[in-house]
Amino acid sequence: MSALTDLTLAEARAGLDKREYSAVELTRAHIAAVEAARPLNAVVAETFDRALAGAAASDQRLGAGEAGLLEGVPLGIKDLFCTEGVRSQACSHILDGFKPTYESTVTRKLWAAGALMIGKTNMDEFAMGSSNMTSHEGPAINPWRRSGDNRQLVPGGSSGGSAAAVAARLCLGATGTDTGGSIRQPAAFCGLVGLKPTYGRCSRWGIIAFASSLDQAGPLTRTVRDAALMLRAMAGHDAKDSTSVDTPVPDYAAALGQGVKGMRIGIPAEYRVDGMPDEIEALWRKGADWLKAAGAEPVEITLPHTKYALPTYYIVAPAEASSNLARYDGVRYGLRLKGEDLRDMYAKTRAAGFGQEVRRRVLIGTYVLSAGYYDAYYLQAQKVRSVIARDFKQAFESVDLVLTPTAPSAAFAIGEKMDDPIAMYLNDVFTVPASLAGLPAISVPAGLSADGLPLGLHLIGKPFDEETVLRAAETLEEAAAFRAKPAWLEDGGAP
Amino acid sequence: MSGVVEGRTGPWEMVIGLEIHAQVTSKAKLFSGAATAFGAEPNTQVSLVDAAMPGMLPVINGYCVEQAVRTGLALGAEIKLFSVFDRKNYFYPDLPAGYQISQFSQPVVGHGTVVIDLKDGSTREIGITRLHMEMDAGKSVHDLRADATHVDLNRSGVALMEIVSEPDIRSPEEAGAYVRKLRSILRYVGTCDGNMEEGSLRCDVNISMRRPGEAYGTRAEIKNVNSVRYMMKAIEYEAERQVEILEDGGSVALETRLFDARTSTTRAMRSKEEAHDYRYFPDPDLLPLELDAAWVESLRAGLPELPDAKKARFIEQFGLSPYDAGVLVAEQDSAAFFEAVAAGHDGKLAANWVTGDLFGALKKAGLGIGQSPVSVDRLGGLIERIQDNTISGRIAKEVFEIMFESGRDADTVIAEKGLKQVTDVGAIEAVVDQVIADNPDKTAEFRGGKDKLMGWFVGQVMKASKVKANPQMANQVLAKKLKG
Repeated sequence: MSALTDLTLAEARAGLDKREYSAVELTRAHIAAVEAARPLNAVVAETFDRALAGAAASDQRLGAGEAGLLEGVPLGIKDLFCTEGVRSQACSHILDGFKPTYESTVTRKLWAAGALMIGKTNMDEFAMGSSNMTSHEGPAINPWRRSGDNRQLVPGGSSGGSAAAVAARLCLGATGTDTGGSIRQPAAFCGLVGLKPTYGRCSRWGIIAFASSLDQAGPLTRTVRDAALMLRAMAGHDAKDSTSVDTPVPDYAAALGQGVKGMRIGIPAEYRVDGMPDEIEALWRKGADWLKAAGAEPVEITLPHTKYALPTYYIVAPAEASSNLARYDGVRYGLRLKGEDLRDMYAKTRAAGFGQEVRRRVLIGTYVLSAGYYDAYYLQAQKVRSVIARDFKQAFESVDLVLTPTAPSAAFAIGEKMDDPIAMYLNDVFTVPASLAGLPAISVPAGLSADGLPLGLHLIGKPFDEETVLRAAETLEEAAAFRAKPAWLEDGGAP
Repeated sequence: MSGVVEGRTGPWEMVIGLEIHAQVTSKAKLFSGAATAFGAEPNTQVSLVDAAMPGMLPVINGYCVEQAVRTGLALGAEIKLFSVFDRKNYFYPDLPAGYQISQFSQPVVGHGTVVIDLKDGSTREIGITRLHMEMDAGKSVHDLRADATHVDLNRSGVALMEIVSEPDIRSPEEAGAYVRKLRSILRYVGTCDGNMEEGSLRCDVNISMRRPGEAYGTRAEIKNVNSVRYMMKAIEYEAERQVEILEDGGSVALETRLFDARTSTTRAMRSKEEAHDYRYFPDPDLLPLELDAAWVESLRAGLPELPDAKKARFIEQFGLSPYDAGVLVAEQDSAAFFEAVAAGHDGKLAANWVTGDLFGALKKAGLGIGQSPVSVDRLGGLIERIQDNTISGRIAKEVFEIMFESGRDADTVIAEKGLKQVTDVGAIEAVVDQVIADNPDKTAEFRGGKDKLMGWFVGQVMKASKVKANPQMANQVLAKKLKG
């Protein structure tokens, strides 16, 4: 870690403006960090030459006074984003060698704002997972360690590589995507801020689809302000995505610093789940107290259908995935295995190309959409989904935000929970409801577990009210004064 | 073939429903901006969306929606202000995404009606169940290499309207009349060019047989009928095939069959075991389609006069027979041509000339009405000369032929060829006198009471005048002189 890599994105951006260092120097510092951190397996494709060329151009624009919002800022990009000429494989074997001829809308907007891509980050295959263990590239490693325990931990998932990279100071921020918690849970596991915007806030064009009605891009950063800056660059209407919403993108950073005075914060009773560790519950209470101390009013609310969220999610998401992943058939791009006939080619290619978790979800999704099961599963899930969204709508008639923990536990070790998909799915229990309702939500690092791992608090807001979410997140951030650093940095980079 | 097959055990009635796939006339595809021109080099009209590249999203083409709604309005059908696009999931190399975007449970157009015109001038109503929008698949080419299939994605994503009829059709003739009428309506509103050879209009036939008045039997679906004639042949073959099975005590299989134009037979294409479960569900990449009622009304107001209304008006305004009116309105251009010719002339005469000599000559020359060598004005000019007795109807046919070949106007042809009708009484009297003088026997017979010979005398006079004598005058003069 150097002084340059430990800057926040906002600090680095200010330093570039003052010409305290050049974008090339800032990029070189991060390249060195990425090279040193290869054992973390957070970055699956390094794009140093491109980053350096971009940095030189950024320096020119900085000199000419034409700098963009994220000028000269090195970012990690989740492998789910299609990036022109650079591998974009969703960390799946089936997309072997796939280099798009096009650039996703979100990354195109980031580059237009002056940001630089330092590499593509590791992730669960097709964003299906909460541990990064399902990646075809092998798992990314969480830079944190339990105190007195050297076992390698998962960074969470699916945006695990992005979270590990930002936590290990390999980049100033990273893009993630969140379908049921894939930004927020890894952010919590790695001591970061992770923001899932309102569904429709960021274009999905050029992001490899997992579950179309849930997928949403967002930033992983070390501070709330950094998240506000990145979101401003990423968000906006896109005519190429029919589900993106045409509403102005505010200056999110400008909303910060206003505090939470007078806000009503809903504390949903239903999120006190069985078996939730005391330290999580205690942190949750602490979060409510912090907001209260800052002038907000915590209010007990009820979101009565919360318990149906997880089963609903695990019908809707696999159903859409089973259809979205049908295009990976070996015909036009990616992996193809020879077969005796067409069917055999499909079967061999998809069996070899998809990992176990992806195959499981494709099978579940195919099942719930099948004739005779559609009504009982998919249709019913859609009805429950609208009921869950209604719960939130009603709650938001009396509160401005909902506060919950981000995940029911801290990061777990590689190997734990691996043989029990249900235990793994339970990681998403607090993040999935906001996904189903399409609401903006953020995870903020709020404290450490007894064994020294970061824990996150989770704020859910009204549709397109990311500003209020960010304002309250900043209040939590200030109150929590989270300063702990991952073992990776404390140890000076030893894995 | 009528709609009833006389079996050994009694009569069987055909029950037919048609699914028409009509390609929307649009320069761009349904969910991408790629071009749609027919006959382009393979894979040159393919966008990233059409090839289902990772991360690509469909965006609905508003023009195609407008065309579908206008078609629905032209079919007198209910326009659904809320409809949904679904995914129909199946694996095939020419379906890049592994699903076709279609409308399954909530189509954009509901129930409507098509009035078909039958040969005897009568009409029948055929119900339309629905019209929905969907994207076309690509094309698999199996015969370029023995060990590989080639895929052309030019058609992938092209906008189609699937128009489903009720099982109201009862004979091959009715099926033919239905397709022709539907095609006529589509062309009137300009939403589909109706070209079956190029595949812009495709037809799947559902057919079953039943004892008249009894419940429907099991149907077979026939694909690959790419002309009205083939469709009628396919129905005829399939009806006989099913009757044979039924009379032998067997049962018809619910299956998809392929028409073979070479042998005019059908053969099973997909067996039941291979039946797909398409796992339809609403496409989460597309929002439901919500239409504004006022917008729909503005489209309704902008529709042209449709074939049925035009036909009724032609019957009323020009005194045409339902059959002639039906023939004239089948194509908008023909109807317009006729109407222009009829303006200021006798409507019936105009209809006879347009549907008779003109259509015949055009067909023989392989020309469309738009390429007619005889313009509206010139055909009108010819009809004027008939109406003012300058030439007889018979001479007019000769004049028309020359006009068609030379492109000259009627008066020029009449003058050049000296075909002007003789209306000089003295000249006709001279011819009549000559004919009477030359045929004393026949004259005696006529005067002896054989009135029927009048026709023969007229013929002789016309012949002697080289058909130029005005027939009415020839009659009058003959009657006077023979009886005198």
